[in-house]
Amino acid sequence: MASSYDTLKVVGTRPIRPDGVDKVIGRAAFGADMVMPGMLWGKVKRSPHAHARIKSINADKALKLPGVKAVVTAADFPSIPSEEAFVGEGPMNFRDLSRNCMAQDKALYDGHAVAAVAATSSAIAEEALDLIEVEYEVLPHVIDVEAAMADDAPLLHDDLFTQGVEPKPTRPSNIAKKIGFNKGDIAAGFKEAEVVIERRYTTQPVHQGYIEPHACVVSVATDGQCTIFSSSQGQFMVRAYCAKLLGTDIANIRAIPSEIGGGFGGKTLVYLEPLALALSKKAGRPVKMVMNREEVFRGTGPTSGGVIEVKLGAKRDGHIVAAQLVLKYQAGAFPGSPVGPGCMCGFAMYDLPNVSITGYDVVSNRPKVAAYRAPGAPISSFGVESCLDELARELRIDPLKLRELNAAKDGTKTAHGPTFVNVGYVQTLEAAKNHPHMQQKLGPNQGRGIASGFWFNIGGESSAGCFINEDGTATIVEGCPDIGGSRAGMAMMAAEVLGIPYDRVRPVVGDTASVGFNFLTGGSRVTFATGMAVTQAAEKVVVELKRRAAMIWDISPDAVEWKDGMAVPAGANAGNFDPLSLADIALKAGRTGGPISAEVSINAQGAGPGFATHICDVEVDPETGRVKILRYTAVQDVGRAIHPAYVEGQIQGGVAQGIGWALNEEYIYDRNGRLDNPGFLDYRIPVASDMPMLETVMVEVPNPRHPFGAKGVGEVPIVPPMAAVANAIADAVGTRMRDLPMSPPKLRAALDEQNPPRMAAE
Amino acid sequence: MSKHHVTTTINGEPMEYLCEAQQTMLDVLRDELGLTGSKEGCSSGDCGACTIIVDGNITCSCLMLGVEAEGRKIETIEGIAQGDRLHPVQQKFLEHAALQCGFCTPGFIVAAKALLDTTLNPTEEEARYWLAGNLCRCTGYDKIIRAVLDAAAVMRAEAGR
Amino acid sequence: MPHVVISGTAARRFTGGASEFDVEADTVHRMIRELDRRFPGLGQQIDEGMAVAIDGEIYQDAYMEKLSPDSEVYLIPKIGGG
Repeated sequence: MASSYDTLKVVGTRPIRPDGVDKVIGRAAFGADMVMPGMLWGKVKRSPHAHARIKSINADKALKLPGVKAVVTAADFPSIPSEEAFVGEGPMNFRDLSRNCMAQDKALYDGHAVAAVAATSSAIAEEALDLIEVEYEVLPHVIDVEAAMADDAPLLHDDLFTQGVEPKPTRPSNIAKKIGFNKGDIAAGFKEAEVVIERRYTTQPVHQGYIEPHACVVSVATDGQCTIFSSSQGQFMVRAYCAKLLGTDIANIRAIPSEIGGGFGGKTLVYLEPLALALSKKAGRPVKMVMNREEVFRGTGPTSGGVIEVKLGAKRDGHIVAAQLVLKYQAGAFPGSPVGPGCMCGFAMYDLPNVSITGYDVVSNRPKVAAYRAPGAPISSFGVESCLDELARELRIDPLKLRELNAAKDGTKTAHGPTFVNVGYVQTLEAAKNHPHMQQKLGPNQGRGIASGFWFNIGGESSAGCFINEDGTATIVEGCPDIGGSRAGMAMMAAEVLGIPYDRVRPVVGDTASVGFNFLTGGSRVTFATGMAVTQAAEKVVVELKRRAAMIWDISPDAVEWKDGMAVPAGANAGNFDPLSLADIALKAGRTGGPISAEVSINAQGAGPGFATHICDVEVDPETGRVKILRYTAVQDVGRAIHPAYVEGQIQGGVAQGIGWALNEEYIYDRNGRLDNPGFLDYRIPVASDMPMLETVMVEVPNPRHPFGAKGVGEVPIVPPMAAVANAIADAVGTRMRDLPMSPPKLRAALDEQNPPRMAAE
Repeated sequence: MSKHHVTTTINGEPMEYLCEAQQTMLDVLRDELGLTGSKEGCSSGDCGACTIIVDGNITCSCLMLGVEAEGRKIETIEGIAQGDRLHPVQQKFLEHAALQCGFCTPGFIVAAKALLDTTLNPTEEEARYWLAGNLCRCTGYDKIIRAVLDAAAVMRAEAGR
Repeated sequence: MPHVVISGTAARRFTGGASEFDVEADTVHRMIRELDRRFPGLGQQIDEGMAVAIDGEIYQDAYMEKLSPDSEVYLIPKIGGG
């Protein structure tokens, strides 16, 4: 049905999103916008220490404060054995998740929750926090990733032994895991190389920076049934995690997704919901909890910072014959950095004969990392794509040409194993090369950089229902929170299949009791996987519609065709009948067998990888070290754009986050391990005046596994920007910035080092 | 804690409320008056999600006390559309897909409306600097700026008629 | 018969270091069962922590996916996302 993209009527257009009006008039209900009758306000008491043993917690004074109804600590949560399960975004150890939500025995970072209180007002709850007495024994802490790897580093967990090394270690370590990928013979490769360069790069942890802080309102009834209204990337994730952490049955929890004010991976796990449930249970009243921005920075997951060591060996003609990568990723206080995908994505764009990749997952006294857009890939790619640029300069080969020479294509065997199929990387290079941007003249202190990126994209479990209403309109119910306009895409795909106008289809993101299981919104999967479920549900409905028309006409269902939203006889032999519209059939549904609907649950496979190539022009102010982005063009293989405006939006948003990562964003800790910049004033994300218009070029290499050719698009755009900016700065002023962020003081210092200030000339 | 009695005008309607001395205008709007369109993203005046217009000036309602509304004229996101007729900025935000998650959107729309109250001929640069106090993490600002400039064009055309 | 490679070093603790196997199986599920029979514990590791790339295409949690006699199968760490 979707074999010919040319005949599509709805897919590929740009209709207004169904939830749009509510959002521009301020009526959409986000996490903090809901109230429940009789509800209390919950607040979290957080550790002021980076690393401390909790000797005692005394809540007596707090509980005596009028209006305070309950206090909970780790003692109010069931003890969970250490077990790893892959249920969220990456392996999740529920013991760690429980301890991250509420510290047990030890506080492991500044901002770690140690207690929570519920009171009749937000002000009373706040006041009560100061009355909860926590006695700490402050322990030595470690913030830096390499310091945490040292033999004499303070240990966060005395039961953490490095996985992936032989023989099995006998002493605990902050290195949770060592992993490696190898291809060919790396030593022989470097021997064969005519040019070898070896560089070290570093990145800082950066926060997802969603503007909506975490928020929820929950109620627990005396029979144990729970309702959770919260902002997350997955109501089914919230339900599963809370059931596990509270020790209750999944069926006892109904999780209702609010509108979500950004997530980018940061809302793929829970922080407040389990605490609110515990408070609600204890107090016997609903509880609302909302984080403030400081809590978001101190207590929720950024992505890793890391060290990236790259060594490349090439022939003089530009063919890379050996490539080595060592990655050290901060996991925060519990194991689970995205070093695995970091390892796999670093060299994925290239066809390399000899490769060695080693990765370390390292805990330190920082908040536990959470997923952030293409988790792991931007970090390794900053190193690799910068180093490629350095190699290109060494070889005097155009950086784009160097990428073309070594580009992965269909049939390329990757360093992590699989042989690529259906990849559009070369097409992005080609489109970049031919883009007018590449011809634009540059002035003094201006430079141009290019960089590429890869991300896997995933499919996964999705359920959707397509319900035909009595008047021939349709309701789509699916279960993935809509962060970037995905509901519009769902309605478009259903409208396309049903053959009715877009605004006759209304999509709803259902709660956990209204639709079958959906894995969360993440991994660039929703338009692909949930879109596939929606499409299949609509297709099942069309089969049924044809059957009903056949019944009305009293002919065989095989003799009915579905065309432009109407049943028509398939050819002259079928008989001569006036077409029956969807509305005609819907009206008679009761008489032809009952309501017409279909529900589909799938585990979508074949997501198809994402490739991108970005072009960035900068101007460096040599006086201040400030970098201005002059022009930015992002080329990406998007498969097939369902709603092109929201695909562009995903690309532009990823680029902007990447520019912030490149130029400004970082966590600054003081010597006591306390976060110094937990606010948007000092943790500076890009604002409108920092940005130019962001040009997007959508290369369409359709994904044969999706009914409309869609590939995931949300994540790969954040992979290239950091190196693209660094390469542009090097091109502009000849200074190679290898440590992020490339903030004005750092760039100014590097410029001074390169050209010592000429004092005498004054 | 005794409460303060405040008489003010919100979205053209006379309004009275009681609030505590430490309550911000944002708290009053959201928790006392049920006007939850203004959002709290930072409570420090950095993100602009709570932007309102006070006597014609854009203000972060998280930095203003509820009692300070006494005798003022307040406009919030809930008052930007006229009945069922969207303001051109709202319409253009929809047409340009200038929102993704939509959380920063009310603040942007209020701030952009205030810009267009002062000029119908903003340059791209003026729009970018005017809106530099509003953070958006989803869009990279491209479509927001296009929407605001397009709304200005529509309003110029309407004013010319 | 399908050729199976454990990519990376993470799961080799189950196999005594070996990483390549020929496995008589016509579905992913049968392949996992056979590997678990040879290396107890590996099955659970694959189930919970690994994706399966069959002839270049990546599958996660796909027991019923078919393998052909000349399939090239890689077991790689599972992919999540943001």
